[in-house]
Amino acid sequence: MNCVANALEVGSTKALLHVEDVCKAYGPKVVLENIDLNVRQGELCTVVGPSGCGKSTLLRLILGQERPTSGKILIDGQPVGMPSPERGVVYQKYSLFPHLSVLENVVLGKKLSASFLERFKLRTHFVEEAKFYLDKMRLWDHRHKYPHELSGGMQQRVALAQALIMKPEILLMDEPFGALDPGTREHMQVFLLELWEDFGMTVFFVTHDLEEAVFLGTRILVLSQFYSDDRGPSFANRGARIVADYPLARSASSTVVKEQAEFGKLIQDIRREGFDPDYLQHVTSFNLRHSDSFQTLTQEEYDEANHR
Amino acid sequence: MGNRLNFLGIHAEPSSRVRMLVGLLPLVVLICAYLTVSYYRLHANPRDKLTPSPGRMIEATKTMAFTKDQRTGTYLMLSDTVSSVKRIAMGLGSAALVGLVAGINMGMLPGIGATFLPIVTFFSIIPPLAILPILFILFGVGELGKVMLIFLGAVFIITRDMYYTSRTIPREQIVKALTLGASQFEVVYQVVLPQIMPRLLVAVRLSLGAAWLFLIASEAIASTDGLGYRIFLVRRYLAMDVIIPYVLWITCLGFVMDSVLKLLVSWKYPWFEAAGK
Repeated sequence: MNCVANALEVGSTKALLHVEDVCKAYGPKVVLENIDLNVRQGELCTVVGPSGCGKSTLLRLILGQERPTSGKILIDGQPVGMPSPERGVVYQKYSLFPHLSVLENVVLGKKLSASFLERFKLRTHFVEEAKFYLDKMRLWDHRHKYPHELSGGMQQRVALAQALIMKPEILLMDEPFGALDPGTREHMQVFLLELWEDFGMTVFFVTHDLEEAVFLGTRILVLSQFYSDDRGPSFANRGARIVADYPLARSASSTVVKEQAEFGKLIQDIRREGFDPDYLQHVTSFNLRHSDSFQTLTQEEYDEANHR
Repeated sequence: MGNRLNFLGIHAEPSSRVRMLVGLLPLVVLICAYLTVSYYRLHANPRDKLTPSPGRMIEATKTMAFTKDQRTGTYLMLSDTVSSVKRIAMGLGSAALVGLVAGINMGMLPGIGATFLPIVTFFSIIPPLAILPILFILFGVGELGKVMLIFLGAVFIITRDMYYTSRTIPREQIVKALTLGASQFEVVYQVVLPQIMPRLLVAVRLSLGAAWLFLIASEAIASTDGLGYRIFLVRRYLAMDVIIPYVLWITCLGFVMDSVLKLLVSWKYPWFEAAGK
């Protein structure tokens, strides 16, 4: 794609995560195209979109689990390679190792990054550190249990502790609460916000639940394949793009927010922009309200945008 | 509907006591049938060798197990058992070790897998007994030939099992381990290996039957001791009073080995059964 620096703002180099003009295709099927994104340190960035739009693919690209077909992804100015400790991850399932107890699961990262000798010398130190995180998750009493003995919510809390002990620069979460029942889910959302405030984490949170995304995020990205561009309405092999990008006001970390009218209005807007197959915005008129958002456009699109 | 009819229906719920009783029933019937046949045959011809009485078998067992053999100066049943179990342990043990290392590397490293999976699959299909003559020519009719037969009979199956098992480890877990600072080597040997260990023990358990088959076959053909050797030796004298206790003893050994491996899995890997769901 012929990329031209965009009319709004060239991606700031200060961003912790910088994604520029990334495309991902599996064979002839284009999943993501022209993804431009800057995420600042401390942001809790949620990503929503219709199912199958490539949210998880984007997360795996940032994680390094898969490579983009074209474009670049930088963390702290460095191109991402294989998965490594500066990017933590929590999946919906399979985050925990079934053969290790809760404590061993949390200590594992520390052990793996230590040299052979340090593993013996620093063992008590590691356990103390694990205790700190497990205390936070209110799980210290369960430290000798295996993952299959825990409830879904507890398992995800262990997964959080396991990821946080590595102090990752960015925590990637792929529908982490998707398999939990509604009560536990709400509980975990509030809990995540507490952790986010305590540790000043940068979080990239993929979910299909719009309410969850709006409630949790300081910023919401809407990923969708429902948009229009100059390739004509019949062009079918369109990859998903970021069709909207809103900053979200963090009023209070209470679930009461969910009942406010403003909250509902925003959700309706996003539902239309991202999830309605008949509502097609042109690439030059996306709702990219967040101050960090930018677009790389083709020459024609660029001209058209300036023309308007 | 009557209770008796229920037992044969699909809604039957036999209690644990009933289960045990009806489970033992066929065995009891079999033993009674043997005793009856044996009694009438011996009644007709006291020198009959085909269906020895229990007393006769106990006598023979005493001679084999608790009397020193005059020629070799050993307790025959003991020395037979020791050499047979040694062969099985060496053959299956080395097959388990090689199968584990080969299978996990093939499963985790796609390049290695692509290179060796076809040939391993090919070899696993060759009936081991068919190449027994080749093994005897190559490795001699001594210990090595017999151990090699057991080894080759099990190693390819175990390798394939370990390959498929390590492939079932979710991709997410491997990525997760990398984000926790694991090297590729550590992913294979510290994250995946401990997870497939219980499955290895299960694979060994399932290979035990085949291993016994290969052991007895190779001992029958060329050996100077071993349980299989003894059975085939005394066959010449129609010594059913030795053969039957030996077969029972082999079954017993197999059962113990199987149970030990089963207990080892549930004791060392308590998460295995539950987490597999």
